Amino acid sequence: MVNMAAASIQISETPLVLYVLRRADDALILGHRLSEWCGHAPMLEEDMALANMGLDLLGQARELYGYAAKVEANGNDEDKFAYLRDVGQYRNLLLVEQPNGDFARTMVRQFFYAAFADLYWRAMMRSSDATLAAIAAKSEKESAYHLRHSAEWIVRLGDGTEESHARAQTAIDDLWAYTGEMFWLDDRERALVDAGIAIDDASLRAPWLKTITNVVSEATLTLPTNNWMQQGGRSGRHSEHLGHLLSELQSMQRTFPGATW
Amino acid sequence: MVTATLSDVDLRQRAWEIAARVVDPEIPVLTIADLGVLREVAVHDGRVEVAITPTYSGCPAMNMIALEIELALEREGFRHPKIHTVLSPAWTTDWISEDGRRKLREYGIAPPLAASSRRALFGVQQVACPQCGSANTELLSEFGSTSCKALWRCKSCREPFDYFKCH
Repeated sequence: MVNMAAASIQISETPLVLYVLRRADDALILGHRLSEWCGHAPMLEEDMALANMGLDLLGQARELYGYAAKVEANGNDEDKFAYLRDVGQYRNLLLVEQPNGDFARTMVRQFFYAAFADLYWRAMMRSSDATLAAIAAKSEKESAYHLRHSAEWIVRLGDGTEESHARAQTAIDDLWAYTGEMFWLDDRERALVDAGIAIDDASLRAPWLKTITNVVSEATLTLPTNNWMQQGGRSGRHSEHLGHLLSELQSMQRTFPGATW
Repeated sequence: MVTATLSDVDLRQRAWEIAARVVDPEIPVLTIADLGVLREVAVHDGRVEVAITPTYSGCPAMNMIALEIELALEREGFRHPKIHTVLSPAWTTDWISEDGRRKLREYGIAPPLAASSRRALFGVQQVACPQCGSANTELLSEFGSTSCKALWRCKSCREPFDYFKCH
């Protein structure tokens, strides 16, 4: 008998709770995507690298969910946030939920995100919120590694064979429209920026673009000139891919509500 | 309580020594004191509280380390020790003691370079082989057998080795 009470949780979405959940969801969903490579990567070293980065992201997600639960003080916890929210309650960027595709696509997605996360966490170390600043100080060290790893792959793929170049270029062209959402703020986030808790993500766009441009040009690849951007994930409007991802991520708790090890 | 005759100061010293002997389950030659993971031991009215800090956010060894500390303290008569995690200041490889660096090298893991070298996007790192000492080495993968290690190979003695990443 399915326990309908556990079907999905209620969240008191104050601006801070929403803000923290958005970042936690980015880390959880991207970490889950990377974990899907486990046992399937093109070489053993990359299998370990992707699992390692997935683990870093899962660790970041856990810290953030824990903090969101504490701020919300509504009986939710990290597990409930991860396992008992439906797709419309997730607030992650559309970019991170995009399917792995081939290795080039995974690396381009990782590179776009890591170049942002590295700037984001470094800036958040100055947050007036002590917990967020502490999580940022931890995460920026990890994102520096993720950025270096993916940047090296972009160059190797782009400046590699005709085949790897074509795949990397296709991935850039396809994923480009999802990058604008990283720099988008709504009014509730704007209030947190004014309070010194959050940083203005829009201010990260220029340095992000500089990193991306440098690496992409070294890789003999090109950035699309079309700057039309897709958004929706931050408001819970997702691509069809997230529901499928969650059905796997949540299957145990959905099948056996409240199950513990 | 452990004993009524010991002051909190003495108890703290004893508790620190016990906690400091707990080893990292992934690198058993290093204690959590060598690693800098053990941050603080406090005693209030005979009850001990231990603060530890994770090396990496997702480090799966943290739960195990917390449990090991709890068991070690319980074995020595400390009742219901409390272990908690602190994130700030963030752990850095610079906290690994000199003794810890020597033990790492002897165990076959190259100790980390200074943390200041970690930001270069395509930086050149010089890591000496822990087996033969040669500087003629190459990076195989930024990510090794655990979150905190990278995989290198010595071009002189041909041995692959783990490098403790600077962080």
